[in-house]
Amino acid sequence: MFDVHEMEVNFGPQHPSTHGVLRVLLRIDGERIIDAKPIIGYLHRGTEKLFEHMAYPQCIPHTDRMDYVAAATNNLGFVETVEKLMGVTASIPRRAQLMRVMLSELQRISSHLLWLATHAIDIGAMTPFFYTFREREQILDLFESYCGARLTLNCMRIGGMPDDLPAGWLDDVEAFTAKFDPAMDEYESLLTTNRIWKKRTVGIGVLSPEEAIEWGITGPPLRGSGVEWDLRRAQPYECYPELAFDIPIGKNGDTYDRYLVRMAEMRQSNSILKQCIPLVKQTPAGDIKAKMSKVVRPPEGEVYHSIESPKGEIGYYIVSDGKTQNAYRCHVRPPSFVNLQALPAMCKGHLVSDLVALIGTIDIVLGEVDR
Amino acid sequence: MNKALMTYLIWPVVKFSIAFIIVQVIVASMNWVERRLLGLFQARLGPNRVGPKGLLQIIADPIKFLLKEDIVPSRSEKIAFFLGPVLPLLPAFLVFCLIPYGPPPTFTIARVNVGLLLILAMTSTAVYGIILGGWASNNKYSLMGGLRSAAQMVSYEVPFGLSIVGVLMITGSLDLVTIVRYQEANAWNFLPQIVACFIFLVSMNAENNRTPFDLPEAESELVAGYHTEYSAMKFAFFMLGEYSMMIVNSCLIVTLFFGGWSLSMFSLGLTTEVLQGMGLFGGLLGAAIFFTKVMLFLLMYVWFRATFPRFRFDQLMDLGWKFMIPLALANIFVTGIFILAGQERLMYWIGMGTIGAAAFYLFRPKRAVAKPTTQKVAHAG
Repeated sequence: MFDVHEMEVNFGPQHPSTHGVLRVLLRIDGERIIDAKPIIGYLHRGTEKLFEHMAYPQCIPHTDRMDYVAAATNNLGFVETVEKLMGVTASIPRRAQLMRVMLSELQRISSHLLWLATHAIDIGAMTPFFYTFREREQILDLFESYCGARLTLNCMRIGGMPDDLPAGWLDDVEAFTAKFDPAMDEYESLLTTNRIWKKRTVGIGVLSPEEAIEWGITGPPLRGSGVEWDLRRAQPYECYPELAFDIPIGKNGDTYDRYLVRMAEMRQSNSILKQCIPLVKQTPAGDIKAKMSKVVRPPEGEVYHSIESPKGEIGYYIVSDGKTQNAYRCHVRPPSFVNLQALPAMCKGHLVSDLVALIGTIDIVLGEVDR
Repeated sequence: MNKALMTYLIWPVVKFSIAFIIVQVIVASMNWVERRLLGLFQARLGPNRVGPKGLLQIIADPIKFLLKEDIVPSRSEKIAFFLGPVLPLLPAFLVFCLIPYGPPPTFTIARVNVGLLLILAMTSTAVYGIILGGWASNNKYSLMGGLRSAAQMVSYEVPFGLSIVGVLMITGSLDLVTIVRYQEANAWNFLPQIVACFIFLVSMNAENNRTPFDLPEAESELVAGYHTEYSAMKFAFFMLGEYSMMIVNSCLIVTLFFGGWSLSMFSLGLTTEVLQGMGLFGGLLGAAIFFTKVMLFLLMYVWFRATFPRFRFDQLMDLGWKFMIPLALANIFVTGIFILAGQERLMYWIGMGTIGAAAFYLFRPKRAVAKPTTQKVAHAG
């Protein structure tokens, strides 16, 4: 009995900090992790197969349900891919583009806020959870006043936007952006310089830039390792080229750097929002749809297009046979799924407590991992 | 009636019952106070549905615990599983006999001349319940929680005990009443024993498994740690034990370092003699002073919980063995030197200097709070 040192523990699928239904099969020696094996698929809904049997516009609500905390960017990736396939990317009106950028950046902030909340509560600090949800509620209110939904937005259409902005929406966004920077200071005052927070995050789950690239990691974890790669700059889409924003990058590639990167990104997103407001006001109201046929029937061909979601590169690969109104094949490249693959390598040799911090720092959403 | 019977049995039992009821009311209301305070800290309301301001939550929670199904895991060790929640309660309740709540003799239940040792001996048995419960549950998370708890409580027992030694050296007694009397004649012990006070404060948090040392029940790691499999009243007993120990430790720190029931230093102010001169009212006043101080420390527990993240297990051990214990030993050594040199008053100045320096450090003008992130993050683009 006593010569057995290893213990197998099923971490999840019902566990408070696996962020959904992730199951990690752990082999541990005392508390030290020898091996970790993520087992996924509990939330598999066959989204990609569903796409083959639905007209393109019908697919958009299903993209909401993949990364359900960042629906707007999922929508954006899908509609842009179809637009690219149809060759109408250039004719999207400027107002619609700006609205898409604003919704994406609001979504990025709200997704990062949720990440911060859960990451902090996983490491044991419970108060940031409530502070971030205070601001997140305001963002969800903004979404609600735009499209009626708070979480599964379905807020973009192929060729434009479904509706023009409601009256006063821009002022509400302006009020939010003014309040958001002080709120960020408040979160940071609780965590950034906190010794215990640093002890729990500095040097945990270090990913060198080479490793990160080899694993195909994208988004904040990649930038945390010091690789300056943001699709908003690297493969510009919508009107990102004319907006001024920095790409925060880390140095050491540890959990703390990924934390700093995401915190800085939220401030950058807020500054993008501030820049967008006057630009939207200059565009004519109601000009939100490209001139194109009502029926979406792309020509025969295939296309891969990706955008920067809060979690990383979300890419859609669509094959069209040119005859029907639905895709012949649609594949999604979800950032969470790819980023999760590095978890076993990251947590080897760390303690069980660190596993929780690492799951948090990858920022996975199981709806997107399993699709 | 036999006078000895009166002195040694009836009165102590009556006094203990009263103290026990008062303390249990504090335990029950502590739950409500903690949740309301956390609500205040966290921009939310906290329980406010049951009764005025949610106060009846204090009664509603026990009723819920009583009515819930008591689940025993099928392959658990039945006896140990039952003993788990019960064992920590016993020392927690017994220790309440030994604490002087107000000026003697009325407000002390059992004045024992080795009271402090007895308290240390009793509180250290609390770990058995937790490790038994964690092991008997037949659950890996519980086992890990139990092991963590055992290691943690045993480790922090050492600085906990060592920090008290300094107090013993300057007061020269293990009797809690004498310790309080010494403090009102001189300064409260946190001044000459500022380091010991700090160590005691930290290790009492660790002893209680409270944030930032709540690893044994870290809900984000071990689900609920050692009490994962416990439900209904058994779970309530664990909670009762934990909150009772919180109050015991707060009572101890008030008695040892913050003047107990008195509001006096250098025999000025509300000394025991003044309180005794006022009769029963004075005694009650002393008890009120005592419990106010205790409440302040309970509030501090909640404050810690709202503020700090959680330590990792090895970091906790490092802090205990590599920092706290050497510091406690050094404190004993330095205190000994001062006593040998006959310069005990000098320690007051050191204590005041330390507090001043700490206050200066805490309230120093902050550099550009607005952008702490840019320290390591290089901006590009």
